[in-house]
Amino acid sequence: MGLLDKWRQIKQAEAEQGIDHTMYLTLKEERRISRENNRIIRQFEREKNRKNVPEEEYLTKMRDPNNVVEFENLHTYFFTDVGTVKSVNGVTFDIPQGKVVGVVGESGCGKSVTSLSLMQLVQAPQGQIVSGSIRYQDRNGKCYEITKMPRDKMLKVRGKEIAMIFQEPMTSLNPVFKIGEQMDEVVLLHEEDATPKMARERSLEMLNLVGIADPQKVYNNYPHELSGGMRQRVMIAMALSCTPRLIIADEPTTALDVTIQAQILELLRDVKNKINGSIMLITHDLGVIAEMADYVVVMYAGRIIEKGTVREIFHNPKHPYTIGLMRSKPSGKTKDNRLYSIKGQVPNPINMPNHCYFFNRCDRAIEICAEEYPEMVQFTDTHSAACHLCRNGGLMDTNSTKEQR
Amino acid sequence: MENAYVNNNNNDDILIVRNLKKYYPLSKISIGKKRSYVKAVDDVSFSIKRGTTMGLVGESGCGKTTVGRTILRLHDVTDGQVIFDGMDLAKIPPRKLRRLRPQMQMIFQDPYSSLSPRLPIGEIIGEAVKEHKIVPRSEYRSYILKVMHDCGLQPHYYYRYPHEFSGGQRQRISIARAVALKPKFIICDEPLSALDVSIQAQIINLMKDLQEQYGYTYLFISHDLSVVEYLSDTIGVMYLGSMVEMGEKKQIFDNPMHPYTKALLSAIPVSDPDVKMNRIILKGDIPSPVNPPSGCKFRTRCPYATKVCAEVAPKLKEYESGHKVACHLYSQD
Ligand SMILES: Nc1ncnc2c1ncn2[C@@H]1O[C@H](COP(=O)(O)OP(=O)(O)OP(=O)(O)O)[C@@H](O)[C@H]1O
Ligand SMILES: Nc1ncnc2c1ncn2[C@@H]1O[C@H](COP(=O)(O)OP(=O)(O)O)[C@@H](O)[C@H]1O
Ligand code: SF4
Ligand code: SF4
Ligand SMILES: [Mg+2]
Ligand SMILES: [Mg+2]
Repeated sequence: MGLLDKWRQIKQAEAEQGIDHTMYLTLKEERRISRENNRIIRQFEREKNRKNVPEEEYLTKMRDPNNVVEFENLHTYFFTDVGTVKSVNGVTFDIPQGKVVGVVGESGCGKSVTSLSLMQLVQAPQGQIVSGSIRYQDRNGKCYEITKMPRDKMLKVRGKEIAMIFQEPMTSLNPVFKIGEQMDEVVLLHEEDATPKMARERSLEMLNLVGIADPQKVYNNYPHELSGGMRQRVMIAMALSCTPRLIIADEPTTALDVTIQAQILELLRDVKNKINGSIMLITHDLGVIAEMADYVVVMYAGRIIEKGTVREIFHNPKHPYTIGLMRSKPSGKTKDNRLYSIKGQVPNPINMPNHCYFFNRCDRAIEICAEEYPEMVQFTDTHSAACHLCRNGGLMDTNSTKEQR
Repeated sequence: MENAYVNNNNNDDILIVRNLKKYYPLSKISIGKKRSYVKAVDDVSFSIKRGTTMGLVGESGCGKTTVGRTILRLHDVTDGQVIFDGMDLAKIPPRKLRRLRPQMQMIFQDPYSSLSPRLPIGEIIGEAVKEHKIVPRSEYRSYILKVMHDCGLQPHYYYRYPHEFSGGQRQRISIARAVALKPKFIICDEPLSALDVSIQAQIINLMKDLQEQYGYTYLFISHDLSVVEYLSDTIGVMYLGSMVEMGEKKQIFDNPMHPYTKALLSAIPVSDPDVKMNRIILKGDIPSPVNPPSGCKFRTRCPYATKVCAEVAPKLKEYESGHKVACHLYSQD
């Protein structure tokens, strides 16, 4: 069999499987995309780099004054050479004051990009907030539109008002500076009248608060001299040193073991209560969510497919993806020998279908699922899901399957 | 060569590990000082029955991966015996060991870095099959395709490259690569921790199916106890290089005896917002394996530690059939 035949055979097989080839572009197409991207990116960057923007331009009002953050129809895209990745594609949810909001979903579904958008830390220039709004209420009740905020103003909010804890603490600590130096710097940066002595005292106090037994010693250590659990605690101490109103924790315990994880979660809960702050908790561990969160947002391929209180999501999930997630968690109590697993994969993010994104994996799909993207259906004040089955309060005939079409 | 065969009357055990030790020398040696070592694995013994799965759990850095790698002789053993299928691996001549290699395979934690980016999938799976002449040349292609099919990989993936696949698919590819060599024994080193919940379930099911079909024996390394509970027949719990408790799954989960095992079990997050666990929260971090605490290594974090714990290292003793624990809370003689 010649190479060409082989190639034809593969193409044929792929066509039968419905595999699309947007990932393979001709050079000409690639250049065109690249030119187009540059044009768009320049426009966005110009907007962000403006100086002396009058405050009125980015002041706004919250929909509900009890919220710290409101995301509304947020779109964040990456303009890459193979096409536009719509990482966050219309996301709307609130983070109420003093509450923990858990964000779950498959890796790559846009959880991190959502949180980075809020911090204005999306990797520029390819990554840009394209539309929608993110409203933030500071401790004096002033509300800002983050998407319109110029860079220099955002620096003041980041770290002081909103702090972030990442999955791998080693990459966010600078390896060549001692823990103490790095912690002091955060305090000095955000508090104008802080002296080095005050900063040092604050740092030691925070290390003590996060349960480090010998703060003096750790203060003088380099990051690589600490274990994973201790580094994560240092990160939390650093995040807390300016008493933020919102902590974004992106998979804060994924790299840690269960016993250390239990310590860190306990700590997060504890400090949240002490400072009466809010937490946006990103993880794919449903157990962690069940334990920590007040509200849950379930994301799939850049969109929210279900949200509600933690009880609504765990006891009464509506969307087939949420239901599948709940069932695929292994537990010793599983009677039959097989775990439930959601078959298949997320569609290619560059070429999203115009119908329900979960259609290719859904075992309850009906005819309309291949035609339209489902709207959000409201069940209670807090609980809603985007699925065609839910349109009559989830009472639609759930027995019809793809095969019967 | 005969003396490589060990006369073990219990032929049910495919793997027997006796008093395994692995010390890594520390690179910095100053003159006049005694050379110090990381005692990554310190006197570990266990055995696995043919066709069953043993789960090995413990915190990061406690030596789980090192146990796996020394069994496969990817590292030299400092001391101790590894008997695979009746043969003492230390005494087998290198040529024979090479022939034994395909029978013991390892699946690694990170599906991203363990596959060569320059080879198409078919070659990745088939490379060692050719080298070890697992099947006649005429059957090679159909054999690889069959293995791929068993592992849920479609035939047209044969010519595609690893970077085109997701984490879950890559983990299937590494499983296919191991399985293609017709192994008897597979070590899985945290094969799920880089994957999402929904993909984890797919891989767990695949591993169970393959075991049922071909009777593989697994050593399943993990720090996720809920996965271990689902897959394992027996469980070993390690702490700082030592085995602190082992037994059948039911014994460990229904009647954990070692304080560390109890803490591990209580730390599993429960997927139900209405269940509030009465959690044992351990204080502090794992001590350094270069300078482990005297006596019981767990004593710096143990809520029940007494004076004797600092003085005498507890022996691993059997308390019910097959259920062994190393702790002074239970009678040591
Ligand atoms: N090549 C090496 N040289 C020196 N020390 C090593 C080496 N490999 C491992 N170690 C040390 O041996 C100990 C055990 O390591 P090992 O990788 O077996 O842990 P593990 O239980 O698999 O942890 P994890 O859950 O993080 O994978 C650790 O303290 C580690 O730092
Ligand atoms: N710097 C980047 N360049 C291009 N695409 C990116 C970049 N960062 C993230 N993405 C894409 O955005 C999507 C969402 O990513 P992310 O928010 O990190 O997912 P997760 O839900 O796992 O946190 C993914 O498809 C990812 O590939
Ligand atoms: S809209 Fe249709 S395809 Fe999408 S999740 Fe609901 S039932 Fe499944
Ligand atoms: S021997 Fe002592 S310190 Fe060790 S686990 Fe038992 S009670 Fe705790
Ligand atoms: Mg992420
Ligand atoms: Mg390991």
